[in-house]
Amino acid sequence: MSTIRFTRDHEWVRVENGATGTVGITDFAQKQLGELVYVELPEVGADVEQGTEAGVIESVKAAGDLKSPVTGSVTEVNESLPDNPGKVNEDPLGEGWFFKLTLAVNSGLDSLMDQKAYEEYVKDLE
Amino acid sequence: MSDTRRSLRDLEQTNDFVRRHIGPSESEIQVMLGEIGIESLDALADKVVPRGIRNSGPLALDDSTTEAAALAELRGMADQNVINKSWIGLGYYGCHVPTVILRNVLENPGWYTAYTPYQPEISQGRLEAILNFQTMFCDLTGLELANASMLDEGTAAAEAMTLCQRQSRNKSNVFFVSQDCFPQTIDVVRTRAEPIGIRVVVGDHRSDLVGLDCFGALLQYPAAGGEVHDYRSLVDAVHEKDGMVVVAADILSLTLLASPGELGADVAVGSTQRFGVPMMFGGPHAAFFATRDAYKRSVPGRLVGVSVDSRGDTAYRLALQTREQHIRREKATSNICTAQALLAIMASMYAVYHGPDGLKTIAQRVHRLTATLVEGLRRGGIVVLNETFFDTVVVNSGDTTAEIHERANGRRMNLCRIDSARVGISLDETATRSDVEDLWSIFGVQQDFVEIEAAAEDAIPAALRRTSAFLTHAVFNSHHSETEMLRYLRALMDKDLALDRAMIPLGSCTMKLNATSELIPVTWPEFADIHPFAPREQTLGYRQMMEQLEAMLCACTGYDAVSLQPNAGSQGEYAGLLAINAYHESRGDAERNVCLIPSSAHGTNPASANMVGMKVVVVNCDADGNVDVADLRTKAAKHADTLAAIMITYPSTHGVFESAIEEICAIVHDHGGQVYLDGANLNAQVGLAAPGKYGSDVSHLNLHKTFCIPHGGGGPGVGPIGVRKHLAPFMPGHRLLDEEDSPRKGGPVCSAPFGSAGILPITWAYIRLMGRQGILDATRVAILNANYLARKLGAHYPVLYTGPNGMVAHECIIDLRDIKDATGITVDDVAKRLIDYGFHAPTMSFPVAGTLMIEPTESESKQELDRFVEAMVHIREEIRAVECGDVDPSNNPLKHAPHTAADLADGEWNHPYSRAQAVFPVDKLRACKYWVPVGRVDNVYGDRNLVCSCPAIDDYRDVA
Repeated sequence: MSTIRFTRDHEWVRVENGATGTVGITDFAQKQLGELVYVELPEVGADVEQGTEAGVIESVKAAGDLKSPVTGSVTEVNESLPDNPGKVNEDPLGEGWFFKLTLAVNSGLDSLMDQKAYEEYVKDLE
Repeated sequence: MSDTRRSLRDLEQTNDFVRRHIGPSESEIQVMLGEIGIESLDALADKVVPRGIRNSGPLALDDSTTEAAALAELRGMADQNVINKSWIGLGYYGCHVPTVILRNVLENPGWYTAYTPYQPEISQGRLEAILNFQTMFCDLTGLELANASMLDEGTAAAEAMTLCQRQSRNKSNVFFVSQDCFPQTIDVVRTRAEPIGIRVVVGDHRSDLVGLDCFGALLQYPAAGGEVHDYRSLVDAVHEKDGMVVVAADILSLTLLASPGELGADVAVGSTQRFGVPMMFGGPHAAFFATRDAYKRSVPGRLVGVSVDSRGDTAYRLALQTREQHIRREKATSNICTAQALLAIMASMYAVYHGPDGLKTIAQRVHRLTATLVEGLRRGGIVVLNETFFDTVVVNSGDTTAEIHERANGRRMNLCRIDSARVGISLDETATRSDVEDLWSIFGVQQDFVEIEAAAEDAIPAALRRTSAFLTHAVFNSHHSETEMLRYLRALMDKDLALDRAMIPLGSCTMKLNATSELIPVTWPEFADIHPFAPREQTLGYRQMMEQLEAMLCACTGYDAVSLQPNAGSQGEYAGLLAINAYHESRGDAERNVCLIPSSAHGTNPASANMVGMKVVVVNCDADGNVDVADLRTKAAKHADTLAAIMITYPSTHGVFESAIEEICAIVHDHGGQVYLDGANLNAQVGLAAPGKYGSDVSHLNLHKTFCIPHGGGGPGVGPIGVRKHLAPFMPGHRLLDEEDSPRKGGPVCSAPFGSAGILPITWAYIRLMGRQGILDATRVAILNANYLARKLGAHYPVLYTGPNGMVAHECIIDLRDIKDATGITVDDVAKRLIDYGFHAPTMSFPVAGTLMIEPTESESKQELDRFVEAMVHIREEIRAVECGDVDPSNNPLKHAPHTAADLADGEWNHPYSRAQAVFPVDKLRACKYWVPVGRVDNVYGDRNLVCSCPAIDDYRDVA
């Protein structure tokens, strides 16, 4: 059973069985940034906190932090991304994932938007 | 003759320069005023500039004068400078500027009037030259990556320190600096370290470094006293503690010495002045900054990279710009915007001209003469303290020190004043046999030169002799005849679009005329060949000129005092904020550390605030880009106890004179803060309003914008600060100025006491030539030109952000966002299409994404403005064709712009528009056309596949 949730900063987290999550940025975010040229990933084992910097994303004209959508502990990173950041543009919700983590007890997941709420949110921005 | 007799005053044409500097003629000005419906320049100023801040009287400047008279006045001052042969060293050396480079680069507007190469397609020439520069320093330093140059050696060392702090795995706050580093470098590093909590430990590297817990260490190679140390074991010791090592190196010596990279250094920095750039009383010069590939994203400043264009051919561009302050703001690696492009290009061309063997020959000659000098002195019973040396030695002069200096002066030579018992001697490429004989005789030694020279032995330790090859690339081995050199320079210059071809309407950049008469004195030997540490009595002309210039700048800005030291706008910001910090501290207000910055600010502002340890609090702006006064009031009140400053740009970055400026200044003052007014837009107000009078406490003045110093294709810049009286004591000082009447308390922000002194005559000449009325007219016509463009373009594009009377200040913003939504045509497409019309694009997407900001300056004639309008109107029609569905949204002249000659030569032409429309969209271009050398440069490819040096000769072999 998986659920996907979104942040106002356009990150997503897909949670399996309420315990492990996969993190990336949304299609809206990748379109705003343009073609990515660089990503920096967290270290496996690092503890990340909701809303704080877990990585770096750069296109040729913009740079931003990748903030972790939830609190947890990093278990795996997408090692193919640094060599091929274009994957994020091509498939932001799939192959372009950034890292996986084990959710903390108070992960903050409940504060995030569901798919419908996020779509509304983005519509307002456009 | 029916003419009435004209007054001699009139016939003397003392106003002549004003009409040379200002583009539109009297009658054109009337026509343009008519177009915007205003009766006079006075009425225009009244409409644009808020009444409350207007100057009450004329500027305290002289009347205008002729070019001949201004040059004669400067000549009079130059003649008071004394040119002694300089054996002072300490990072500044005499050199022979190859005359082919002097005339065809330094004195050539094709190079010096270009802008920073943000538009790569029209900048391939200087991008290639800077790539050569980067390549040279990868080779000489033995490191993998070198940047496009830094402001000087001292600031490069300071930047290296902060790179180490970011990258080092050692998390202590200690940075070790060898006491054998140049004293001015140590001072600049200290200034930089203090506000960000770095503890600088200066000591003897031989005894104090091993075992020290530090995140980094700075060593000089060869040391200030000339000794050539083998640092390998020290580097290992620092690395063992997870620290990093910076080596400040002398470039000429690196042709003979093992490279810093081979010694294990992580960063190498140094001045490139002695590669064919005059000393110029301290600057401008380019410094180099090289490091390991692993740290590339942490490198400050600019970096040229290799990419491909739309045809897949090699093309150059600025790489990794996301590191820079205009994107990262307070998270940037540094506040540095500028490089020293013109000087870096000169240094790179010096290497192109001489080649690796030529450079080595020069270095060997300097070393042989130094060894001969030492051998002769020693045989004469003089104690030379060095065990090793390249070109610099220290002599134990004891009681005779004063006498030695006096005798040296008698022979028109300067030696280094180390202390009362030792003198230093640094030879350079200008040294000759007879100089060595003269130096002997200064020490009372008579020797037979031939005999001594034959006996003189090299003094570079065998373990430190360079064995690795360098500059093996084709470019450094091809242009050694003057004919080839001349043509290489010409070929590169022809690729670029500078002010000598067309208007460069970059908003916020003020690309005005850099008049020839203003530039001429720069290369006079009396200004060019002066060491920054030459004795005061030899630099009286410089000092007089600078004193007058300070008074002129005070008159223009309403401030009470000026420091000419900061050698870039960003450095001015840094110096100004340091002065504010020191002022608060002097009043026991050390806890004041909040810096308010409007959201519309240029990214350099928050980056600078960060550098001085201030905390940035963003103030909102309203929909028109004006500061939200209510939000400012709230935030000032909230931080009343800790408010240090506001940084505000005026007129705003949106090109509007905000009417609330006085109120904004008052709110900040009421809450104990100081007002830093960014002088980037000063060209809209000189003569009309004075920041020092309407509420600001300190500003930097971009002399390379408002005051005519050329942009040099990406530097030099000069960024003096003007301050009100209470901040004056806290402006940057310098160890060489400690003997002045009232030394300034601030630490030095750059290596030389007067920064880039050598180009200050440009600004002096501009203000002197224009005079009180001419300076005012320049401002008024700058506003007129912008409003004329706004009116003419407004019929075709929406113009954003006008003031209360519907007028803009000295620049205007046109909005392309609706066009993009409707057609997919972007700001980029319009910018690149303008190249086909022979123009440099306006500023893109600043301060608002999806817009173009246009600043024509007063120097552009009506004719040129009309040519630009014509291009923009044509482009609007090309966009309309997309809108109407007449042409394909992805296959049209905008999307494929710019068009090269190679495009035309293609056998097949797969576009719905003609070849003629591609390259001659308006007929005038058939008579005079700038041919862009490359198609649109692929930014993504360049950043994904970072290459920052020339291909090695081996790469060519692989292909062959």
